[in-house]
This record gives sequence, structure tokens and C-alpha cells, in this order.
Amino acid sequence: MTTMQPPAAARPRPTGPPVRPIRGTRRSWTGWGFIGPFVLVFALVFLAPLAYSGYLSLFRTQLIGGTTFVGLDNYQQALQDGRFWEGVARVGLFLAVQVPIMLGLALLVALALDSGRLYGKDFFRIAVFLPYAVPAVVATLMWGFMYGTRFGLVGDINDAFGAKLPDPLSPDLLLASIGNIVTWEFIGYNMLIFYSALRVIPHSLYEAAEIDGAGQWRVISAIKLPAIRGALVIATIFSIIGSFQLFNEPSILQKLAPNVITTDYTPNYYTYSLSFSGQQHNYSATVAIVMGLLTMIVAYVVQLRGMRKGA
Amino acid sequence: MSSTATTVARPTGKPPATPRLRPPRRNAPRRSPRSILLTALTGVVLLYSLLPLLWLLISATKSQQGLARSFGLWFDGDFALWDNIVETFTYNDGVFGRWLLNTALYVVVGAGGATFLAVLGGYALAKFDFPGKRAVFAVVIGAVAVPGTALAVPTFLMFSKMGLTDTPWAVIIPSLISPFGLYLMWVFATEAIPGELMEAARIDGASEVRTFFQVALPLLAPGTVTVLLFTTVATWNNYFLPLIMLKNPDWYPLTLGLDSWNKQAATAGGEAVFNLVITGSLLTIAPLIAAFLLLQKYWQSGLAAGSVKE
Amino acid sequence: MPKYTRRLLRGTGVVCVLALGATACGGSGDDNAPQKKVSSADLQAALKKGGTVTVWAWEPTLKQVVADFEQKYPKVDIKLVNAGTNKDQYKALQNAISAEKGVPDVAQIEYYALSQYALTKSVTDLAPYGADRLAGSYSTGPWNAVKSGDGIYGLPMDSGPMALFYNKKVFDKYKIPVPTTWDEYVDAARKLHKADPKTYITSDDGDAGLATSLLWQAGSHPYKVDGTKVGIDFTDAGAKKYTGTWQQLIDENLLAPVTAWSDDWYKGLGDGTIATLPAGAWLPANLASGVKGAAGDWRVAPLPQWSKGADASAENGGSSLALPELSTNKELAYAFVAYANSGAGVQTRIKNGAFPATTKDLESKAFQNTGFPYFGGQKANKVFAESAKNVPADWQYLPYQVYANSIFNDTVGKAYISGTKLSQGLDAWRDASVKYGSEQGFTVEK
Repeated sequence: MTTMQPPAAARPRPTGPPVRPIRGTRRSWTGWGFIGPFVLVFALVFLAPLAYSGYLSLFRTQLIGGTTFVGLDNYQQALQDGRFWEGVARVGLFLAVQVPIMLGLALLVALALDSGRLYGKDFFRIAVFLPYAVPAVVATLMWGFMYGTRFGLVGDINDAFGAKLPDPLSPDLLLASIGNIVTWEFIGYNMLIFYSALRVIPHSLYEAAEIDGAGQWRVISAIKLPAIRGALVIATIFSIIGSFQLFNEPSILQKLAPNVITTDYTPNYYTYSLSFSGQQHNYSATVAIVMGLLTMIVAYVVQLRGMRKGA
Repeated sequence: MSSTATTVARPTGKPPATPRLRPPRRNAPRRSPRSILLTALTGVVLLYSLLPLLWLLISATKSQQGLARSFGLWFDGDFALWDNIVETFTYNDGVFGRWLLNTALYVVVGAGGATFLAVLGGYALAKFDFPGKRAVFAVVIGAVAVPGTALAVPTFLMFSKMGLTDTPWAVIIPSLISPFGLYLMWVFATEAIPGELMEAARIDGASEVRTFFQVALPLLAPGTVTVLLFTTVATWNNYFLPLIMLKNPDWYPLTLGLDSWNKQAATAGGEAVFNLVITGSLLTIAPLIAAFLLLQKYWQSGLAAGSVKE
Repeated sequence: MPKYTRRLLRGTGVVCVLALGATACGGSGDDNAPQKKVSSADLQAALKKGGTVTVWAWEPTLKQVVADFEQKYPKVDIKLVNAGTNKDQYKALQNAISAEKGVPDVAQIEYYALSQYALTKSVTDLAPYGADRLAGSYSTGPWNAVKSGDGIYGLPMDSGPMALFYNKKVFDKYKIPVPTTWDEYVDAARKLHKADPKTYITSDDGDAGLATSLLWQAGSHPYKVDGTKVGIDFTDAGAKKYTGTWQQLIDENLLAPVTAWSDDWYKGLGDGTIATLPAGAWLPANLASGVKGAAGDWRVAPLPQWSKGADASAENGGSSLALPELSTNKELAYAFVAYANSGAGVQTRIKNGAFPATTKDLESKAFQNTGFPYFGGQKANKVFAESAKNVPADWQYLPYQVYANSIFNDTVGKAYISGTKLSQGLDAWRDASVKYGSEQGFTVEK
């Protein structure tokens, strides 16, 4: 359930776990003794609620009239729900713009660190990573203060320099402002994943390139990038999941931009509003399940494409 | 989705050599003259990362009035950092200290437990072949894609049936699961524990439990520190779940407490304490940042080692 | 062992789902048998016997009341819990009610939210406990809000008769008279903004509470509720007055471009760039704590009128204490609520800055003659008490107003940030409210 917290995170998993015959083991039930505790808690906090969501999605409860079984009606409603799809389109846009920027910057910093051409490399590495230690709540509160056009930093800059910075919380800019917060939180994190993957590229590969007289850029495009493709794909997939689950940032900024951040701003926020403001637990569960399926499909497609290019 | 894992392997395709855990040793130094231009360009990202933290640090030195009247990135004449810290800890009968202790409890039990479960599970996945192994990981990864809000209400109803809501357990139990931790430990354990070593222990007649604690666990230490730090961050930053599960502010973690102070300004009769929200934010992130800085060596080597694979 | 584990797992899952399924279907609409009367002797006995009462409330003045109460009745233990403010608390309360666990014995519920709980019978009818005898002791607005049919579903704790809070320094500086009608208000807005483009008459970025209060004052009746029959309409004469006036403020950019309750907003109230606020009588506490720097600048005037010479007002905010149906200790809970909201607790709370709903206190000399240092010594309570008397009594909220208010900014909010007209926004709000009402099983007239 750690997935409930920081969105847009890419877990550092540069490459996949090796699935190959394990030396010195035989197929037996012993492994369950070790993984059992994890699975048990997992079943309690993930599977049981998930099953219950599925169950809920087949019913409808009314303030007047109680609960009735409605079969797949809720799913039909969700597929035709404009408010839901608008939210999906919004996070889709967010994803298409924010994720490449964030991962691109993270990659550039990782490559710069790895090139060995930076002054004060260690300081760079830890400093860029620090925002990851800031809770999403604190990050959003902080940026929310700074976004203020009067009291905040934006207002200060306008006053001090006679500048006319636009209001970051206006309808046109709000999504970008959220993107900025998420980018700030997770650049360092992704950078570290890429950097870790870069560091373990076998030295022999560089030696070969050196003999061929390849320049820095050539080394990056021919050796480094292909070598960390796995890390890139995984970071992308987890950023996609994070974007689709966008919740903390909009829900805290909502107070500052109530007319822009509607209760259906992101699909996740929509399920939250349905459940907690509207008491529509059944429909909320349905929307969440549809969104979960959608996320899995997109992640899967990205993974397939990412891999095919590499082959 | 365990296929994700298998297909991501780098296309270098060499058979696995012996597990390599020594720090990577490259970075051909003679080809890397330091570059001022590159440093300056990367410096832009550095500035972007640090500027908000600097703003927070400076703002924490200002009183409520000072916040309104002074420039965001410079100090107000009236240096109130100490007063703010004292007030943060004494406001509302010192509830902030209580939140800090709560957070510490959630981190110790929640993140500690999550790490332990992940180490056990990762070890099982890496070193044992057992029925249902693939299914386990597929289900765990698949579940990550389900929006957290989908699980919130059902989890709440379940927990309240069990009498767990409004108790620390409601926050701790869900944080015991870290799919990423499990994954990382799987990768790490595969590389870090030679099969021969386990075999040798078994031949000596050591039980599985003893083999784990005496042979495997020490080898897994760097990965364990890494997982511990990441689960600590996740638990420390936990917001959504406590928001639903807890009503009694006496059990709030810091994030929820700060949020409630911020919201307080928007209630009839409520008091605006933005200076305390800011100072509290600084105090909330300080321990984490300190932990990251002090434990740098360990978690970075764990992460790097985790990515050693073929 | 592994096989066993697996079966155990599967078993756990099934049990959970079954157990939960039962709750979900259980709902909270059980009809209760007619209650029997609870005499004051019963209440006294309960107080003597003692016990624990859990109270969910965010009202800060209750803290002292609880302390006094526990001192007076040493065997009673009151657990005062701030379970979140308004919407957050309702979410928590609703969750606890659906789970049928962890429900408090007493909950603070705002007037606009109470009818939903009354309708679904999730709060207790207090008439049999003696609340019916208190009819005369509260001002009309709050009393009507807690009454539903013959039932009384909470005791009014405070009230928010509206007034116009204005920054006298700003009005003096530009020599603009304080508006007495909304037309004058718009004029004043233009003059102020012309004199200083950074100054705005007020800030409003779409607030369901303010909008409904102004509709209320304008004599509009947007909601007609009769049990489960609901009608919604924002096109009557009163609503037209409101939209006509407010649309001008929006179109001419006369509303401060800041979000209410943000730090920017507090700053604007302090530096004179937000010149007035039409709000309930609870505002002074917020000004005194959040805008310390402007102490002495602000004053209170009667709310501007929709037609010259009228004296209509409205309630804005205010809450009751109610007893959830699942409360386990109702007699003791009622004894506490009565103490806090109609007994000695009222005075304690007034002393700490709350605005009462009890007519006796509203009309008392001591109350009306209290000078407010923040308002330059003005006896502001006189203005508020006068306002409380002039609240039209026939206002109704929807039985699902909490939800309706939560989507106000989705719909009407558009009028504040785009070309959508306020009247169109209200229509969209109506449509969304109608849709929700029908989905929830209400009979909604369109």
C-alpha cells in the first residue's frame, strides 16, 4: 500500500530479476515459509479490499431505498461517464508532457554525473536527490505558498522586479504547476536510478569504444543508453502509474484553486469525491477498477514497445 | 507482470559470472577533464532542487506578520526561527511533539516491519523454487496499478470491523507491504547469496531458519539498508491512508497534523498559523534529510549493488 | 504447512468479504420504534451514575465547557475529539456510520448538513429528551435548521447572522460611504477599484455558503423539500436579483483575485486591498487571530439590502450538536449537549468568543454592550443581534446539501474563471444536484 503515497514515482528497478534455475535448490514448499508473512499481510491489505471493491461494484446503494444488485450497470455508466473520461484525458496530457520532461532531466543529470566531468559531483548527486525526502504534503504546501501572487514568491518577484509573472494557479497553468511540483519531487529519485544503472556498465565496453575512437556523444548513444534501457522502461512504467494515480498534489492545491481543480480533476480524485462526498461507494469502486485496468493496459503497451525498440 | 521483470534484462546477454558486489570501479578518469560549462548547466537543475528548500528554511525564520511583509528569498528584520520552533512544539498543548513520536512509531514498526517482510520474501523468491512463485510476483505487481483510493473505503470498512480504525495499527499494517522492497530484495538476494554457500550450510545440517539468519542476512545488509530507507520515506510521507483511518489527532502522523494546521486557517473561529505550518514542515523533513545524508554510503551502495545484474 | 497457509489465506479473504457485504447492505436507515420520553429526572440520574461521552467537534470554545462540565459532574468523562473540520468530519462520521463502529456519542453538525442525517435517521430525535420545550429559546434561523417535521435533531450551538465587515480606513481614505444596498455596493466597488487598481471591494471565488446565504437574504427559495420530494430552482425573482448584481462584480473584475482563506487572502484583509466581507457573526475571531495587523481598521455594518429600506438578513454558517443514532450513551450525551448549548455552557462559550443562538443571550444588555477592541470599541453584537432577528424563517436546504456544496465549484465556479454566466452556472449546479438526487432515490421535480 506504499503506492498510496508518492505518485509519479519510479521505483528504482534498473533491471528485472533473473528468472533462471536456481542453483542448490529444489522445488519445494520451503519458500512459502519465508514469503508467507508477506503474502499474508498482502492478502489482508490488498487482495481482500480489492475483492471487496469488485463485490461493491455490482451493487448500488441509495440514500432513499437501500442497496440493490445491479450487475454490470455501474461499469456501463463508467464507460459513458464524461466526467471520468475528462479526468483520464487530463492525466493523459499530464503524462505526455510531465513524464518526458522529468525523466529527460533526470537522465541528463545522471549522464552528467556519470561523465566524471562535473565539479563537486557528490554534492550534486545528494542535493538533487534531497527533494525526494520531502513528503508530498509538505512539498505541495510549500509550492502552494510560493505560487501565491501576493503573499508568495511569485508575488514577491512581481513586486520586486516589476515583472508580470502569470498566476500559476490560473486555469491555463494549473496542470503545469502540478507537473512542476511532481517533477521537483521525483527528478532526483529517477536520476539516482539511472545513475545506479550507468555505474554498473562493464568497463570493457568503454575500452572497446575508446579503441574505436568514439566521442562522448557516441559513447552515450551507442553504449550508455542501450545499456540502461531496462531502467528507462521501468522508470517510465512507474511514472505512468504515478501519473494515472495523481491525487495528493491536486487534493491539497484544491483549496487554493477551488474552481480550477474540480472534484473530478483526476480519475483518482474523482473516485475519492464519489466515495467521500457523495457516499457513492459502489460507483467509486467501479471507476477505480476501470482506471486500474486502464493503467495496466497502458503500462503493458509501453513495456512491449520499449522492449521491441531495444531488440 | 513478472514478464516485465524478465524481459527487461539488458541485451548484453552474458551468462552470469560470480556475484559481484564490490563497488563499481570505472569512470575512466583520464578521459574526463572537468567542464565548467557542464557543471553550470547541471547547476540549473541543482538550483531548481534546492531553491524551494532554501525558501522553506528562510521562511521558517519569519513570524506570521514577517511572512506577509518580506521578500520570500530573504530574511525579515525580525528573526523568529527560535520562537517559531518553540511555538511549534508548544502550540495546542505540544501536540506537534506527539505527532513526531507517532511518526517515529509508524516508521519503526511500519517501515521496519515492511523491510523485514521484504527481505524474507525477496530471499524466498531468489533462493527457493516453490509452487505459485510466479503467481505471487505477478499479483503483487498487478496490484500496484490499482488506484489507492479504490482500496481506501473497503480497507476502512474492513479495518473498522476489526476494530482497528483510529488506532496506530490502521496506519502500520498497510505500510507493512512494500512491493518495491520485495522486488529490490529479490534482485539483490539473487546476486548477493551464492548458492554454494547455502548448500554448504545445509550440508552442515543448519536449519533453514538458521541458514537465513546466519548466512543470508549478513550478506543482504546493504540491500536491507536501502529498502529500509525507502520504506522509511514512504511511511514518513504517508498521508492518504491516515487521513481516512484516523480521527483522533492524538494518533496523527506529522503530515496529517501539518495539513490540519493549514486547514485550520479556513474555519470559522480558527486561527491562522502559517508560520507554524512552515516551521513544522521544516522540522518534518529535517530528520529524513539528515538520515539520507548520514547514511549516504550505505543506501547508495545497496542501490548500486541492486542494479548489478546481467 | 504451506498448503495450510494457502487455505487459510483463501479462507480469510472470503470471510472478510462476507462480513463486509453484510455491513454494506445493512445501511443506516433502520426505523426506530417510537421513543419514550426521557424525563429530566432520568437525565439527572444518568449524570449521577456517570460514564464516558465521546464528542466530535472542532469548535474551539467547547474545550472550556468540557472542563467545567467534568468538574461539575465528576463521574462523567467527556472525550472531546477534533475529528476534522466540517466536510472532513462529515466524511469521517459517514464512514463510521456505514461501518457501524467508532460512532461518537455527540457530533458537531452544521445547519446546512443536518437534514441529511435527520432524513436517514442517523441522528436521534431529541424531542423526547425535552428538546421540544426549548423552541422559544433559540432564534428562528438556527431553530428551523434543527427541526424537521416534528423531530428536533440537534441543539443549536451557535449562529451566523450576517453583517457587512468593512475596512473603515479604506472607505475613509477614498471618502466612499459604506453601502446600504447591493446596488450601492457595486458602485462602491467600482469607485474603490478605480481609485486604486489593487483594491477590491471583496473577495469571492465561489463559495456555496455565501451564495446560498445571499439567495436566502434576497428572498429566493431555491430548494423545496418535503420528505423525499425535492424541487430545485434558481430562477425565481430573488435569485435573479442575486445573479444580476453579482454578475456585475464578476464581469467588471471587481472581486479580488485571491482564494478565500489562503495566506494571500489574510494578507489582503490586512493591507486594505480587500475592503469588505459579507459574512456571519463568527468572523471576528478569525480577523482577530489572522489579521492582527489591521486591528482598529475594521468595523461592522448591517448587510446591504436588495431593496432600499428593507432589513432582511440571512444566516451564514453555524452548527448544532447532534446525537448520532448509534450513540451508546444517549441520556448522558443529551445532558452534555443541553449543558453546552442551552445551559451554563453558553455563557462560557460567549466569553471565549462564540456567537450564541439563544435569544436570551442575544438580547441581554451585557452581551449587546460588549465593546470589540478589534473594531475600535464598536458594540458589534448589536448589529449581529439585530441581524439575527431579521432572518427569513422559511429557508430550506437540500437533504443532501453537503454533496451539493461539494460540487458548487465544479459548476458555479466556472462563472468565476471563464465566460460562463452566473445564472448558467447555477443551472448547471441545479442539473448536477437533480441528477444526484434522482440517483439517490429522491423524487426530484425538474
